[in-house]
Amino acid sequence: MTCEIIIGLEVHVQLRTNTKLFCGCAARFGAPPNSQTCPVCLGLPGALPVLNEQALAWGIRVGLALDCTVAPLMKFDRKHYFYPDLPKNFQISQYDRPLASNGHVDLEGEGATKRIRIRRVHLEEDAGKLLHETGQPVSFVDMNRTGVPLLEIVSEPDLRTSEDAYQYLVELKALLQYLDVSTCNMEEGSLRCDTNISLRPAGQETLGVKVEVKNLNSFRAVKQALEFEAGRQGALLSRGERILQETRLWNAHSLQTDSMRSKEEAADYRYFPEPDLVPFTIEAAAVEQIRRKLPELPAQRRLRYQQTYQLSAYDAQVLVQQRALAELFEGAVRLGAKPKPVANWIMGGFMAYLNAKRLEPESLQVQPEWVVHLIELVDGGTLSGTMAKEVFLAMLERRVDPAELVREGGLRQISDAQTLERIAHEVLEQHPKSAEDYAKGKANALMFLVGQAMKRSSGKANPQQMTEILKRKVGEKRA
Amino acid sequence: MGVVTPEIVKHVAHLARMRVEGEALTQLAAQLDEILDYVRKLQAVATDGIEPTSHVLPLTNVQRPDAPRPSLDPGTVVALAPARSGPFLSVPKVLEA
Repeated sequence: MTCEIIIGLEVHVQLRTNTKLFCGCAARFGAPPNSQTCPVCLGLPGALPVLNEQALAWGIRVGLALDCTVAPLMKFDRKHYFYPDLPKNFQISQYDRPLASNGHVDLEGEGATKRIRIRRVHLEEDAGKLLHETGQPVSFVDMNRTGVPLLEIVSEPDLRTSEDAYQYLVELKALLQYLDVSTCNMEEGSLRCDTNISLRPAGQETLGVKVEVKNLNSFRAVKQALEFEAGRQGALLSRGERILQETRLWNAHSLQTDSMRSKEEAADYRYFPEPDLVPFTIEAAAVEQIRRKLPELPAQRRLRYQQTYQLSAYDAQVLVQQRALAELFEGAVRLGAKPKPVANWIMGGFMAYLNAKRLEPESLQVQPEWVVHLIELVDGGTLSGTMAKEVFLAMLERRVDPAELVREGGLRQISDAQTLERIAHEVLEQHPKSAEDYAKGKANALMFLVGQAMKRSSGKANPQQMTEILKRKVGEKRA
Repeated sequence: MGVVTPEIVKHVAHLARMRVEGEALTQLAAQLDEILDYVRKLQAVATDGIEPTSHVLPLTNVQRPDAPRPSLDPGTVVALAPARSGPFLSVPKVLEA
């Protein structure tokens, strides 16, 4: 039986406001435990929540960037459940009057664009943080995160493959970075994702039973979990078994999903309007004002990079999808570097380094002028290709301008004829067989000799000059 | 009337993590019924053409600027909890999976 896979995603993004959603406590990550709380976020009797205007403005900003309709009337509701990280025993969220709805994210595919509809975007408060230590009979609670503003972004079940889901998340993250409303740091939990997945026989109209998967700590985990879950559900269906509607947890070690101990009863959150918060009317004029201030978004920037800098669609896609990369690229180009070499350095060495070290590009604080200097050093013949790679690496490791590195480290290319002659002589002495082979017309032998010379000079010999010298020397010997 | 059954009381009590058993279930069911009866008087009011409302105060858009204010002292906060461990509140082990 061929099945169609139906995926929907719920993304929670922490807004990078100074204070919490409903009180003036700082919302800073990494503060000492329980140092950022007050009667409002602890739910102490008599406390009155008041909405953070910045969180609302940023919520509208995200809604608009997702092409949603911003609600003219919005309200908050209480969602009730019991958990030790939720001191009020309810979360202030939005139920039937969310901030924004009916938007979309477009995914660029090969030749075609896939439109993923956004069902709704709403504001809610985060819960506290539980810490578990193995071997301890208790869990610890830190309430600093309690009440930090979250924006929940819910997609329609328009995603059909795990790759779609991955691409959607990358695109959404890029959008949020350009809007500058969140740090989008998954490790610090400022971007979180839950997913719903169901299967249905190809051609069937009605949706199958859906399973919710949680505990997804990276975009890669989302992809892996969806692949696993599609396989699991497909196998059950092909054996004629039924899918249980449930919540499952992704296990990043065993690479599978496990059933959460099924709750005794289906969730009953008993939503009702939050009596402590009055409704909000959002004027069209205020929305327009926020719309006018929207920055250039990823889709527009991709197009501009292709048109202005003649980048390929692929290069533009890769550079734009992380804001720090795009800004590094454009900064270097504005300083006068040619677009293609800059793109090559960023997409090559830089991204390889980031991937290997599992770093975010902004963490290195590479300055655009460093890239410009590096390219100038190569173009001007000061650095060979090999040396440039070394300097580039040193630049990333030490966060120093390549021009500075060359000055201080004797990395300058050897172009001095006398030194090069000496090195060539030594290489030929040591490898007479190769010299002979080249003399007999084996081009590979010359490559080998140049390689040896480069090695002998620790990569500093000017390779063009060295090649010429070796050619000449072999010729002389023969004659 | 008898809309609220002892089963409903039991269910709601469970949702609120309250232990209600035996006699109390029937007793509370009857009392809740009386309260509902009282509120049901509102059904007699003609509400055609009136927008549903979630709030009765003549207020909207109460907001505050995103400016930090001092938080409580961590020691004071932790002391409010029935159990604590260093700078943390302490709760019976919550198993994540």
